Amino acid sequence: MKQFKILEKKDFPQFIKRLSKKHKVVAPVSRGNKSYAFTQVDSSDQIAMKYIPTILPPKKYFMPQRETLAQYNKSKKTFQTVLEFEELVIFGVHTCDLAGIQCLNIVFSDTPKDINYIARKNRILIIGLECNDYCDEYASCKVMDSHHPNGGYDLFFTELKESFIVHVNTLEGEGIIELTGLFKEATSNHLKEREGVIAAKKKIFKDEVDVHYKDLKPMFDKSAGSKVWEDLEKRCLSCGNCTNVCPTCYCFDIIDEINLDLDTGYRIRQWDSCQNEDFAKVAGGESFREERGQRQRHRYMRKFSYPVERYARHFCTGCGRCSRTCMAKINLKETINALAKENR
Amino acid sequence: MKRVDLKESEYIVKPATIIKAKPMTALEKFFEIELDSGASLDHEPGQFVMVSIPGAGDAPISVSSSPTKRSSFDLVVRNAGKLTGVMHRLNAGDKIDIRGPFGRGFPIRILEGNDLLFVAGGLGIVPLRSLINFVIDNRRDFGRVNILLGCKTPSDMLFGDEVEQWGQRLDVNFNCTVDKSDPDWKGNVGLITSLIPGVNLDAEKTFGVVVGPPVMYKFVIKELLNKDIPARQILVSLERHMKCGVGKCGHCQIGNYYCCQDGPVFTYEEIKDNIEAL
Ligand SMILES: Cc1cc2nc3c(=O)[nH]c(=O)nc-3n(C[C@H](O)[C@H](O)[C@H](O)COP(=O)(O)OP(=O)(O)OC[C@H]3O[C@@H](n4cnc5c(N)ncnc54)[C@H](O)[C@@H]3O)c2cc1C
Ligand code: SF4
Ligand code: SF4
Ligand code: FES
Repeated sequence: MKQFKILEKKDFPQFIKRLSKKHKVVAPVSRGNKSYAFTQVDSSDQIAMKYIPTILPPKKYFMPQRETLAQYNKSKKTFQTVLEFEELVIFGVHTCDLAGIQCLNIVFSDTPKDINYIARKNRILIIGLECNDYCDEYASCKVMDSHHPNGGYDLFFTELKESFIVHVNTLEGEGIIELTGLFKEATSNHLKEREGVIAAKKKIFKDEVDVHYKDLKPMFDKSAGSKVWEDLEKRCLSCGNCTNVCPTCYCFDIIDEINLDLDTGYRIRQWDSCQNEDFAKVAGGESFREERGQRQRHRYMRKFSYPVERYARHFCTGCGRCSRTCMAKINLKETINALAKENR
Repeated sequence: MKRVDLKESEYIVKPATIIKAKPMTALEKFFEIELDSGASLDHEPGQFVMVSIPGAGDAPISVSSSPTKRSSFDLVVRNAGKLTGVMHRLNAGDKIDIRGPFGRGFPIRILEGNDLLFVAGGLGIVPLRSLINFVIDNRRDFGRVNILLGCKTPSDMLFGDEVEQWGQRLDVNFNCTVDKSDPDWKGNVGLITSLIPGVNLDAEKTFGVVVGPPVMYKFVIKELLNKDIPARQILVSLERHMKCGVGKCGHCQIGNYYCCQDGPVFTYEEIKDNIEAL
């Protein structure tokens, strides 16, 4: 099995050192108070190897919060489309976030293609990291089938007792193996130990809600008039935090900014949220999702129904970020269970 | 962060020149536009463009002319905010930028050989005019043509001269109504729905094409269904907030559809069970 390599734990500091000499490396770093953020690192002791989902998902590198699409000069009558990018290695991406990146890839590669996204993504290397246990009680990655890897990485690290067993998925991943020069071939003992980890995970990870994966979409499709949305209507503050932190939310706004010379400026795009009241408002004054409950329903439908039809994929990874961040304590697992209860 | 020029992007604009501009009503202004490349816009009736003015942004505007007119195209812009406000200060000779055309227009190949019943309310005449003029320019290819037009008051009527010509043609049945008349008005007074029962049509081979403000659809569609026009033969054009025009930004979403890509034209069949469409 030459796709599997071994990195001894004692060599991990060297690995990060060598890697960060050649590449800009970002990894989960503790921000105190049980919160973490992907941040540039050059040493392994900066990295939180056990972390719960970062405040913002790695989406921020693929689809920056704010990005210039074009720069213009009014008097010279120029309008030049541009690409902003950064060559990057992201270390330590959990499987739920790998799934999130895959969702974004699908959307932005669907025709008409988004060249800005694709060109940027092609310059980012991804090193995944297996979760051997749950992050916390907000996660619902098992029911979304993203508690284990389904591709989407260049290298994938699984922690064993003394070492990491690393799956090499791409030529670019192999490049990192060669560059750092610290990896050995995996032996059958290593492979057996890895199987043990996977078997142990099967016992730990259980459906976190009262609905099976395949029943989620039918349940949401029947939910249009549900009381659950009326409840969310009363509680939601429309702050948009849930969509900002979601690894699969990709809505944006396009805005023209003008410099102080009143002649040059930028057309930019920045994250937007379907939870904002003006999001779907048109010039005639109609707003097509005027009520908070309708907007919450829309958010959930965009996870569990619409993308399943369009891209054959659920756009929830079960990362739990929306529930962790919500000031109104709106909780994804509870919403799903409340709908399931209504259905029974 | 590095920044490089991008030669391929959905956000590239086509420079264009306004060759004619004239106010139509207090709020609406007419523009005729040529692409600076000399190429035709090559749109389908019912499609829209994103009009872009650096510094003011971009906004979706329906193409109001028929693709049979090749060298230039028409837009009608209502002053509603930032970009449209800047547009209203532009005149012949001024430059604007265009993206598109975007979206799914009216299915002209499917409409060929059938009878047509056009129902336009208010600004709805703007996009519908692209199809009406296409049909008139290719009149032989279509069956009976009925045009029903409604607006608030006689002074809100857009394209008055052209509408009068449609009214005079023998190969078009034309009727119009206003919600509120004025002393010079000699036509019908009342809602557009009141004109539908009187139309003589063969439901099986009639396509109803309805464009107007959101509130109008439910009532007009009900009348068309009463006339036994099948849901798949009722066409509507829906307006939504749009930012990208290319099915990404999420603003225009109607349930599972992206209005900018899957629409703006839909059959009633496609949207009748959609909780967010009408
Ligand atoms: C498919 C389509 C075809 C259209 N065709 C025409 C047309 O032929 N003629 C015409 O005058 N108008 C048309 N509109 C409406 C036009 O796009 C809006 O009036 C315009 O975007 C307002 O931009 P603004 O910068 O002037 O206004 P802003 O200052 O940005 O906003 C003013 C108001 O317009 C709403 N609005 C802003 N952006 C949009 C947007 N992108 N889409 C819809 N509403 C928006 C805002 O919510 C706000 O209520 C069309 C809209 C769509 C979706
Ligand atoms: S984070 Fe909570 S309160 Fe804020 S918009 Fe989302 S559901 Fe509503
Ligand atoms: S909806 Fe919530 S749990 Fe699902 S992917 Fe988005 S943030 Fe994570
Ligand atoms: S306008 Fe952006 S998705 Fe339709």
